Amino acid sequence: MRRLNPSLVAGGVIVLLIVVTALVSFVWTPYDATLVDPASRLLKPSWSHWFGTDKFGRDVLSQIMVGSRTTLFVGIVAVGVAAVIGVPLGILAAMSRRWSSEVIMRSNDLLLAFPALLLAIMFGAVFGASTLTAMIAIGIASIPSFARVIRSGALQVMRTEYVLAARAAGRQPFPIAVRHVLPNVASLITVQASVSFAIAVLAEAALSFLGYGTPPPTPSWGRMLQESQEFLFSAPRLAVFPGLAIALAVLGFNLLGDGLRDRFDPKLEDRR
Amino acid sequence: MNSVLAVEDLTVTVRDKTLVQDVSLTVDPGERVGLIGESGSGKSLTALSVMGLLPEDVHASGSVRLAGVDHDLIGADERRLSRVRGRQLAIVFQEPMTALNPTMRVGDQVAEAMLIHDTVPGRRAARAAAIELLGRVQLPDVLRAYPHQLSGGQRQRVVLALALANDPSLLICDEPTTALDVTVQAMVLDLIVRGVTDRSSALLFITHDLAVVATVCQRVLVMYGGRIVESGPVNEVFTSPRHRYTQGLIAASDLESADRRLPTIPGNVPAAGQFPNGCVFRTRCAHATEICATAPPWSGTASRGFACHHPAPALEPADA
Repeated sequence: MRRLNPSLVAGGVIVLLIVVTALVSFVWTPYDATLVDPASRLLKPSWSHWFGTDKFGRDVLSQIMVGSRTTLFVGIVAVGVAAVIGVPLGILAAMSRRWSSEVIMRSNDLLLAFPALLLAIMFGAVFGASTLTAMIAIGIASIPSFARVIRSGALQVMRTEYVLAARAAGRQPFPIAVRHVLPNVASLITVQASVSFAIAVLAEAALSFLGYGTPPPTPSWGRMLQESQEFLFSAPRLAVFPGLAIALAVLGFNLLGDGLRDRFDPKLEDRR
Repeated sequence: MNSVLAVEDLTVTVRDKTLVQDVSLTVDPGERVGLIGESGSGKSLTALSVMGLLPEDVHASGSVRLAGVDHDLIGADERRLSRVRGRQLAIVFQEPMTALNPTMRVGDQVAEAMLIHDTVPGRRAARAAAIELLGRVQLPDVLRAYPHQLSGGQRQRVVLALALANDPSLLICDEPTTALDVTVQAMVLDLIVRGVTDRSSALLFITHDLAVVATVCQRVLVMYGGRIVESGPVNEVFTSPRHRYTQGLIAASDLESADRRLPTIPGNVPAAGQFPNGCVFRTRCAHATEICATAPPWSGTASRGFACHHPAPALEPADA
């Protein structure tokens, strides 16, 4: 066994922590995250409310716990959309003839040049602001980075002798893509997925902050930040806790991506 | 036409450079033919043209016919080619370390070779056939192994089993033992010869190792600068080479004369597409004269002949 690298461990632990938090929130939270209690509004952190309460008297810890579900949900769907479209597109671009590959990659560049948040805001304006539209928009905006990374990996695989051998054995292009190219770029997909996940989490927070993401009352870390604005001087903790949660989630997924990249680095392959 | 493979006037070009010019060769059923030449002489390109596996920007013209295939392989589309490849025509590449998919079990890869062409009735039969094939290359227990668990020689034997899975009528080996060490080489060569003999398949064996050709092949084609300069039975060509290039090549690999400096062919192989017109060897040939600026005609027959204006004298019985 190879020694695990520190960023892989740290990233894995943070991501696991978020996943566990989200799972626990389904069965238990200290308070109902959406319960409005005017009597206990803007409480400081205490033993009964670890992270305090917001302007409606809702428990901040409970909201952050439930909010982690939104975060994970957003990441999974956005990365799913991006991977399901971007990976085949990248492989197709790598395997097709020069001009059709150019068409795919240049339209990819067009999409890449379009700001993800702007796309999401447009989607929100057209289809109505919801977590789902935000996620799909972020997913679409992440397609180019997937397509690009997978294409470069697939180009490498296409140049290997086992692909030449598969062609020499009479394999058609589609089975070659599924049996030979896809499994050999799987590590790239994993790395790109964790990096895109971090971007999606951040984008959802930004969208919710702007009011185009998760609509109330579903707790979302981004919207918690937005609601804390008016108390930034009187109760800065309301911004600190969701802010920390977002930072931690992004850090966790980025570290995981870095760690996976190191692990799958072809230059280190011999040591496996 | 009763030969397994008939290549006529094969010319391979990339943009404006000609890499292989007017190569014609035939391989008879069950015959073992060697194709020798230095790096850059066009051996591998000839093999890839036959397989239809040239890179996108490299173009082949001429004619490649295979027995049992009713169309020319040059210019055939991928779909038609893929029905021939791996079925009537198989190839073993040089580098065994990369010739197998690292994410698939060895047994599955061998079984797949047969399932592609439906030469076995189903998965179970393919698996049984894979066990048998791997057994015949003396690898009985590797079915569930991944390629990285095998050595280079073992992998090359798996590749050989893969290539022979559908009893092809012609097996092309592109320097199959160059990447292996000498003891493993002998074993793999033995398995190749046995494999093609058992199936009465023909063999086109590409190498730059004259000793290997001498042990494996019956007939030899010598390539230089993208052309075939001499051909004939192995013992005749090696004992009495007629083309000056063949003569130099054989002299340079003569290991019996330990008391003198190893003879070499002066100069280097010109870069691809930079070969002189006329005789391609004339810039390095000690016997070259003005007439060598015109392309030398083929002397002799298709099975024993050479293309040289100033051939070395025949030693043994005259050209057959």
